[in-house]
Amino acid sequence: MPARRDSHSPSGKSVPERGLLLLIVLVLLQGSVLPLGAASSPDTTHNDYVDNPKEKEENYTKKAFPVLTFGYSHIQAPFEISLWILLASLMKLGFHMIPRVSSIVPESCLLITVGLLVGGLIKLAGEDVPPVLDSRLFFLCLLPPIILDAGYFLPIRPFMENLGTILMFAVVGTLWNAFFIGGLLYAVCQIQPANPSILHKMELLPCLLFGSIISAVDPVAVLAVFEEIHINELLHILVFGESLLNDAVTVVLYHLFEEYTRAGIVTVLDCFLGIISFLVVAIGGVLVGVIYGLLAAFTSRFTSHVRVIEPLFVFVYAYMAYLSAEVFQLSGIMALIACGATMRPYVEANISHKSHTTVKYFMKMWSSVSETLIFIFLGVATVDGPHHWNWTFVTVTVLLCLVSRVIGVVGLTYVINKFRIVKLTTKDQFIIAYGGLRGAIAFSLGFLLKKNLFPMREMFLTAIITVVFFTVFVQGMTIQPLVELLAVKKKQEAKRTINEEIHTQFLDHLLTGIEDICGHYGHHHWKDKLNRFNKKYVKKCLIAGERSKEPQLIAFYHKMEFKQAIEMVESGGGFKLPSAMPSTVSMQNIQPKKPPPAKPAEKAPSQLSKGREEEIRKILRSNLQRTRLRLRSYNRHTLVADPFEDGFDDLLIKKQKMIELEKKIKDMNNYLTVPAAPPDSPTMCRARLSSGKDTDFKPALQQKGNKTGPDPQSYRAKPESDSVPTFQVDLASPQSPDSVNVMDEFRRADQQRGGVRGEEDHGLMMRPHKTAGCGGVSPPITNQRDGCFTAPNILFGSDTNQAKTANA
Amino acid sequence: MGACQTRAEHQYQDLADKTGFSFEQIKNLYQRFQQLSGNEETISRANLDSMPALANNPIRKQIIGAFFDKRNQHQDEVGSCDQIGFEQFLMVMSHFRPPNLRTTDEEKEAMRKEKLRFLFNMHDSDNDGTITLAEYRKVVEELMSKSGEIGQETAKAIADAAMLEVASINVPNMGPEEFYEGITFEHFEEILKGLEMESRMHIRFLDVDTSTMRCGKSQS
Repeated sequence: MPARRDSHSPSGKSVPERGLLLLIVLVLLQGSVLPLGAASSPDTTHNDYVDNPKEKEENYTKKAFPVLTFGYSHIQAPFEISLWILLASLMKLGFHMIPRVSSIVPESCLLITVGLLVGGLIKLAGEDVPPVLDSRLFFLCLLPPIILDAGYFLPIRPFMENLGTILMFAVVGTLWNAFFIGGLLYAVCQIQPANPSILHKMELLPCLLFGSIISAVDPVAVLAVFEEIHINELLHILVFGESLLNDAVTVVLYHLFEEYTRAGIVTVLDCFLGIISFLVVAIGGVLVGVIYGLLAAFTSRFTSHVRVIEPLFVFVYAYMAYLSAEVFQLSGIMALIACGATMRPYVEANISHKSHTTVKYFMKMWSSVSETLIFIFLGVATVDGPHHWNWTFVTVTVLLCLVSRVIGVVGLTYVINKFRIVKLTTKDQFIIAYGGLRGAIAFSLGFLLKKNLFPMREMFLTAIITVVFFTVFVQGMTIQPLVELLAVKKKQEAKRTINEEIHTQFLDHLLTGIEDICGHYGHHHWKDKLNRFNKKYVKKCLIAGERSKEPQLIAFYHKMEFKQAIEMVESGGGFKLPSAMPSTVSMQNIQPKKPPPAKPAEKAPSQLSKGREEEIRKILRSNLQRTRLRLRSYNRHTLVADPFEDGFDDLLIKKQKMIELEKKIKDMNNYLTVPAAPPDSPTMCRARLSSGKDTDFKPALQQKGNKTGPDPQSYRAKPESDSVPTFQVDLASPQSPDSVNVMDEFRRADQQRGGVRGEEDHGLMMRPHKTAGCGGVSPPITNQRDGCFTAPNILFGSDTNQAKTANA
Repeated sequence: MGACQTRAEHQYQDLADKTGFSFEQIKNLYQRFQQLSGNEETISRANLDSMPALANNPIRKQIIGAFFDKRNQHQDEVGSCDQIGFEQFLMVMSHFRPPNLRTTDEEKEAMRKEKLRFLFNMHDSDNDGTITLAEYRKVVEELMSKSGEIGQETAKAIADAAMLEVASINVPNMGPEEFYEGITFEHFEEILKGLEMESRMHIRFLDVDTSTMRCGKSQS
């Protein structure tokens, strides 16, 4: 049993783990011996702990009641799994705490090393190394999270723009690699007539099978390395896309050759069937994925009532897509990619912001844990594996892998460049060739081979592991310096600006238009058609409410506003003025001082008389001049009023709840007595006042679908942050159960604190309701704190409102 | 069409030098030009306006406007015209040529500038060298013109936010009393430098005869 204990000893460096180790040792002294292999096969463990309790029951009668018992065996499997995950996570954490190492050596290399150490220690202890990288565990548990993460966050635009190139590399490239490696390997095995070795017994089909296993670029390895080198988008998507899409080829080739090896002969018909099978596997996989993706999108349309389980649908549907594809031996990876990519735009529009964050984090978390585990297991499996080291075979394999990759990429680019508009340069080709990393998928496929069919299984595994190690260590470690050396264009880290977004859209339409004028139907034309179809039918079915009609640009705009608002809350702590934006430019800097003469003429004939419009404009402008923080506060307001972004309420509240409460309670003392002198600048007072106004009128505006002010003059002054949540939560609560909960929490906290203060408690609790209830009636209380009750604001608010309706 | 071709044959060389298109491309575009103009020498706004394919394009007006904008025709003239001949048509089209593998960095830079200038001219309707807020708003409004009421209402807010962004990127420190006139070409370049215009703003001009081969080659 020490199998387990030892497996964890190398991580015993850190204090918490030392403690854990102690615990494990204690437990193990008592626990029954079970190979760790049980961890990877749930069936056996299940039986174990079903059996054991029965035995215990039989013995139970005579003994005195045991005060403390050990029942390790029935928790063994989950316990071990947790320990492995813990080990993986701690390792990952450790690498990021050592600053220097992670910049030189890719994480994947470090993790493999850890795996090697762990495996070595197990071996030293003279125990059986558990078959950690068992194919079932790998394909059913470890791989899907990584692929889903990749698919869900797949940058669709560059992917689709380069789909042709990617497919070329993935399909033709992989086929070429497989046959080149397999064929030449067979040839190499046949020479050396002088010294008879086991290589002579190699047949062609096993060689080809081996070639097909080893030829596929591995998404896990590529992701791990490419994420660290920050290469430009084009190269990233080419290599990464290839690694994802070549799965179909690998699956088909693998099954094909396995089948043929069994049968022994290959006919022309078989080849033909192979091609058909490839199409079925690839297209079938994508179809399964798309169907599940659409189902997920459709389901998410109705989840607004139970927000908590929203994220789950994303995962469950995606996993089902993967499993369903695997049932028919379709390409599960392609199904997952298709599922993730299909559901994302719709799901994101449907689910709440909080759920979106959850989905994002869960995906990243799962995929990174999986990745870490895969690399550690790869190390462990290396130590464990029954190896058969054959110098010729291994060196030839590594060399052939490199050569075929280079020839494949150069040859294919030559063809592809004839069709591409943005040509691939020599540098690009080099990186693509060099980025062709192999990884755990190849190993797992090799692991699946049956010993009786393939007597060379061990030699294959050894060669696969060597190739994986070579690519991950040598190529993975040198690719970063090479990228720097060649000055390959890097990815721009900057966030997308709204100007870029506007121009991306503008360009899309422009190019579509020019293409139409040129009279041929190219890329842009079809994309435009698809977009329109999507907007017209698909979005209506899959997205709930108004969101379905929201154009992309507006969605982007809202998202940006939202992000800014969050940043502001986080940086400003809710109390200080926002300082996130370094510039001092504000709305009034870009606002023309006098209305441009051309403007009224340009606009559609307004229903308002010109005099009236001018008057409103004047009022609005005079208000506008008073504060300089309109834009940001305006952003915030739109969000506050946006019923879809209920997550925002929470954030605001959480950030400020405590401070706010204290401040309020302090205020309580002069609540409803003398209006306290405002503690801050006149600007802030003004801001507070108009914030009240804004909230009051929001419901009316919303009814007309008037989410944002049509006129920049209606930019509202910055509300004082501490008064915002109170109002806004109340407003948003009908639509968002989430914020109600928070509100309750908020109130509970209020009560707890207020309870101490006796009477004041009452006033405090009533406030939100009162505010929301009588905002429009303009009660006569003039309190600076509860700004919304001031008459001038109401007036101003209605003015704005009129202006809006007029403009609409 | 034989007569046109012989007449055009030596003209093509001239045009190819000016615009950088290949003979086949010019031939294809000429066919299209005739198709659009109804075998006339020139194209008028009405010709383009009546194209059914453009009907759904939200920025149709600007696209058509760009064809009749003299600034886009490599002559130092300003203003717009009502009719354009094939040469002008080709000139406008030449803004959408892709770079190729042999393009040097300087050429690319020049290409980028030229393409950006084309966009800038589309926005800067009064040709005063700046895109004012009103002009920018109009652009965004047009862009949203197919997306219903919400689009129209948000368009202004978006344009304002975008303008503010331009101002804060280019003139980070502005006093409260200063006024940002509008986007100059330099600022325009600055804000769009992330978009890699030189490789993005292109369409595929067919080299082969369109009538025999539809879009077989247009997939990459």
